Amino acid sequence: MKIIKHEIPEKLITEDGIRTDGRKPHELRPTKLEVGILKRADGSAYIEQGKNKIMVAVYGPRELHPRHLALPDRALLRCFYRMASFSVQERKSPAPSRREIELSKVIREALEPVIFLERFPKTAIDVFIEVLQADGGTRCASITTAALALADAGIPMRDLVSAVAVGKVDGYIVLDINDLEDKYGEGDMPTAIMPRKKEVTLIQLDGRWTPEEFKQGFELAIKGCEQIYQLQREALKRRYLEIREQAAKEMEERAENP
Amino acid sequence: MPIYFQSKDIVLPGDLLAEGDYKAGTGTFKEDSKIYSAVIGLFEIRGKILRVISLEGTYIPRPNDVVIGKIVDVSPTNWKVEIRAPYLANLPAANYFEKPIDPLKEDIRRHLNVGDIIVAKIVSFNRTQDPLLTTKERGLGKLRGGRIIEMACTKIPRLIGRKGSMVNMIKEETGCRIVVGQNGRVWVSCKKPEYEELIEKVIRKIELEAHTSGLTDRVRELIRREKERLEK
Repeated sequence: MKIIKHEIPEKLITEDGIRTDGRKPHELRPTKLEVGILKRADGSAYIEQGKNKIMVAVYGPRELHPRHLALPDRALLRCFYRMASFSVQERKSPAPSRREIELSKVIREALEPVIFLERFPKTAIDVFIEVLQADGGTRCASITTAALALADAGIPMRDLVSAVAVGKVDGYIVLDINDLEDKYGEGDMPTAIMPRKKEVTLIQLDGRWTPEEFKQGFELAIKGCEQIYQLQREALKRRYLEIREQAAKEMEERAENP
Repeated sequence: MPIYFQSKDIVLPGDLLAEGDYKAGTGTFKEDSKIYSAVIGLFEIRGKILRVISLEGTYIPRPNDVVIGKIVDVSPTNWKVEIRAPYLANLPAANYFEKPIDPLKEDIRRHLNVGDIIVAKIVSFNRTQDPLLTTKERGLGKLRGGRIIEMACTKIPRLIGRKGSMVNMIKEETGCRIVVGQNGRVWVSCKKPEYEELIEKVIRKIELEAHTSGLTDRVRELIRREKERLEK
């Protein structure tokens, strides 16, 4: 049996500005997004961002039980952020922790402004976020992926939501921090925006940042979100374009030998 | 007044479709005289009206839709019907019987009971009232035999085709009886069960390729090929 050990490097960023995973300070982790991975959900999406692996399922708008929770003028958005017990180094207890409950809340509030909830009174829209492997910045990756799953469920939205975390590591402001940088860095700032109008739906910050550092970090976060947004667009369209191409091919073959 | 996309382009939520003097149809919304897409779907221009035909989504009832529903509850004068929507529909006994009945003397369960499948039309639906059904029209009422195939309700228009071209073609080719509900339920009844399976295969193809062109021809070819295989 091999025991995986966390090695904490002395320096998180080398003199020539290379990070622990070989990235430059303003570089995203390699990110793969996929839409429509679950057959039985109304909408679903999956993300791999560095070592993060997160799956999101969306159900609804659907009948709400228990009934007394229903809102007379709009749909109720419910988010459930959950980490699998095997998603982190030390086994996590499967019971919902304080952290998970809070993240469910901030993710819900980051998604709420884009959805036309008022079009579906008395119903519920459920978002299940399952973190299979965690490597820092999971709340941002969850928001990014949940926005895709909501779009895949055909729920009317004003825009998508794109999110990324910036951090302060060894005095540098860096984009898309990983687990090591999150734990041993000097601070992090998860940011989610609606890309069309660049309106912020989530911003949190910890550590000690000067106003200048905050400004710099925020600008970097916006740039990162824009890159994420392009990946989201591409992932959403890909499936339909592939089927379209296939159909066109079929038509061509038919035209050649009727 | 520019339009930024062409008809049949795939657009995403938040995409700017057009600016200026246009009307926002289904699947779109307006924000300071700019029209944006609200869903993932196919862009469509109809004169001054811009629409996005959604490719995904649950069924939301609309008045005059014909739907296929399942009875889930009975009270002395009313049935509750599940129609694959977020809301349960009501079918009052008065909207089912030709003549008024006396609920004290007659048990309406003898006509429709829990588990029965009906074709009905939506009379009304809005934000404050659950959908209201009627079966007092030709072709509506209880369904007997056959089987139900469920599909994405957003792809029903494609199954029906322009002026019913697709569904009529399927009926002609297979000789089956088909009833299409706008809520994504399709009732089929054939002489041979193999043909019902064939129709399910056809529906899956339409569902997957709903956003492509020339679909009717490809579906006809699939049916003919499958028929040949069955008749051997």
